[in-house]
Amino acid sequence: MEQNFDLPEIHTPENLVYTKTKVLTDNVMHYCPGCGHGTTHRLVAEVIDEMGIQGQVIGVAPVGCSVLAYNYFDIDMQEAAHGRAPAVATGIKRVFPDKFVFTYQGDGDLAAIGTGETIHACNRGENITILFINNGIYGMTGGQMAPTTLPGMPTSTSPYGRDVKMMGNPLKITELVAMLPGTYFVTRQAVHTPALVRKAKKAIRMAFENQKLNRGVSFVEIVSNCNSGWKLPPVQAIKWLEENMLPFYPLGDIKVNGEMVSK
Amino acid sequence: MKELRLMKGNEAIAEAAIRAGADAYFGYPITPQSEVIEYLMAEKPHERTGMVVLQAESEVAAINMVYGAAACGKRVMTSSSSPGISLKQEGLSYIAGAELPCLILNVVRGGPGLGTIQPSQSDYFQATKGGGHGDYRLLVLAPASVQEMYDFVKLAFDLAFKYRNPVMILSDGVIGQMMEKVEIGEQYARLTNEQIDELYPWATTGKKTGQDRRIITSLELDPGRQEKHNLKLQAKYKKMQEEEVRYESLNCEDAEYLLVAFGSSARICQKAMDLGRAQGLKIGLLRPITLYPFPSEVLNDLASKVKGILTVEMNAGQMVEDVRLAVCGKVKVEHYGRFGGMIPSPTEVLQALEQKIIGG
Amino acid sequence: MAKVKGDVVIDIERCKGCEICNTACPNQVLSMSTQVNSKGYRFAIKVNADCIGCANCAIVCPDGVITVYKTKV
Repeated sequence: MEQNFDLPEIHTPENLVYTKTKVLTDNVMHYCPGCGHGTTHRLVAEVIDEMGIQGQVIGVAPVGCSVLAYNYFDIDMQEAAHGRAPAVATGIKRVFPDKFVFTYQGDGDLAAIGTGETIHACNRGENITILFINNGIYGMTGGQMAPTTLPGMPTSTSPYGRDVKMMGNPLKITELVAMLPGTYFVTRQAVHTPALVRKAKKAIRMAFENQKLNRGVSFVEIVSNCNSGWKLPPVQAIKWLEENMLPFYPLGDIKVNGEMVSK
Repeated sequence: MKELRLMKGNEAIAEAAIRAGADAYFGYPITPQSEVIEYLMAEKPHERTGMVVLQAESEVAAINMVYGAAACGKRVMTSSSSPGISLKQEGLSYIAGAELPCLILNVVRGGPGLGTIQPSQSDYFQATKGGGHGDYRLLVLAPASVQEMYDFVKLAFDLAFKYRNPVMILSDGVIGQMMEKVEIGEQYARLTNEQIDELYPWATTGKKTGQDRRIITSLELDPGRQEKHNLKLQAKYKKMQEEEVRYESLNCEDAEYLLVAFGSSARICQKAMDLGRAQGLKIGLLRPITLYPFPSEVLNDLASKVKGILTVEMNAGQMVEDVRLAVCGKVKVEHYGRFGGMIPSPTEVLQALEQKIIGG
Repeated sequence: MAKVKGDVVIDIERCKGCEICNTACPNQVLSMSTQVNSKGYRFAIKVNADCIGCANCAIVCPDGVITVYKTKV
């Protein structure tokens, strides 16, 4: 029997430092152990909670692992067809310009089948927030090659590694949308360490706050892990992410307040 | 004093949308219906009523913008022509699955593929049998005049919200492009957000304190619950069949021969009927106004009274299948069609009736 | 200087055993159980009394299963 280190005497409301936000439902998430979707969901929910906009926000879920995102956010949500979330969000925002509207999309949804919707929503400068979870693979369908799969990276449809001559290059769509005049804030973040989580949350907060300014799209990429697709235990997957994903997808702000960040 | 205007069918649709209190239009240009968005853009409906008009980057994006805005309880529409309507089928299936009200106008042109920009009725199957994947139906209205283009917009929105179902106005290049006198109706006010909250508790307008969140989705992974959802949809379609069948019958009381046609073909058949009647042929015309639900009952009744039925369609024979199903073999049913953008003349129709039904 | 005392409460039924909290803890307070929960996952447990209530474990937890308390003693 393990030793008990509980200190129930300090479990009082005034001593509470952290607990799950009420903007997340009590449903157990279907995500695999250690998946960055869960952490990102939590950050989005915490931002909505802290901004006090639970009643004014409408979210759009994608097709992919986060297809059931609406089971976890205690807010009004819509489920879009694969890749179409930015168009759906455009429809919502145009009839409800005063609501906070966000999409939550994976790399296949946003950067493959939904490239057109992504680019044009960004180019029109829709006053919405786009959250883009990039784990370099199609998680839900079982680990197939994504538009963001790294060169040489094995997936179930590139079993000998992504051959860029045959399969094309990974798409850095975040850098691409940053070039469009309709994006106001473009950043790339990650959520696998406490420090990165804190930074990512600040970025997500800014991406929602920006909707009050009506200056265009706020686009937050989260470089994340797909432990099942990568076939690695969570802690090793994070190490792999740091060693392989981050050199190709460097973290940091790309465009802030409508201005490109000089590197 | 009634306001009369000479308008194209496509313009009448656009004006009717503003007057019906529509909240938004999302579209993409395609011949022969581009006048819809051109008229709307020129009219600045955001200044007249606050209506949003947006040119999307594709038909796919447009129908998904419709999805998003419709899920907010707003009166939303899109329009296109055949190839563009094919692109919208994915979105339509999702909209039907998520039970969202909206209006889709199809100004049909000849196909298949890029086909032609000339008028056709070859999208009857696509419009009335579902169109996209899964078991669903659109409620389909077929206007035969520019006036009906105007009148069916408000009707379509009302039916869409009554059933929480997409409603299609299936027009064609003739009615979209031709000009006729139109009686313009009153300006209905757009619903306020408060009215939407009260009337449409399902709409995603932002979660209300103390109430459950609203989820708009067509996904249900549990097969038992998905079947239940499908049964609910089927019950809805049955109710439409019971309550929404609309048709026009001309000279059917004493008819020995019956023409069945919708849209612009019905206009041509009306002239053919007059020519035939002048020759002493007792011809009647049944014009389905709702193509789904289809006026099967009245056709079945008429089949007991007439000697033969000819359907006239600008396609290779699509509605004729529904007519045959309706009459259950009681009487001979033949089809006469022109397609690829060709339009039958009244004389041709009369000849076809004489050859295929009267003499056949 | 006042000493900080922290504690975490882990919802072991919701824990999926990913171990990310273990690596995030500066004081190696957390490890994994030898038992499993009803889903079959080993879950995070406390293995010493050195928690300072920094909440690092909670903010990297994908499933939000950790509640953190902190007080000065």
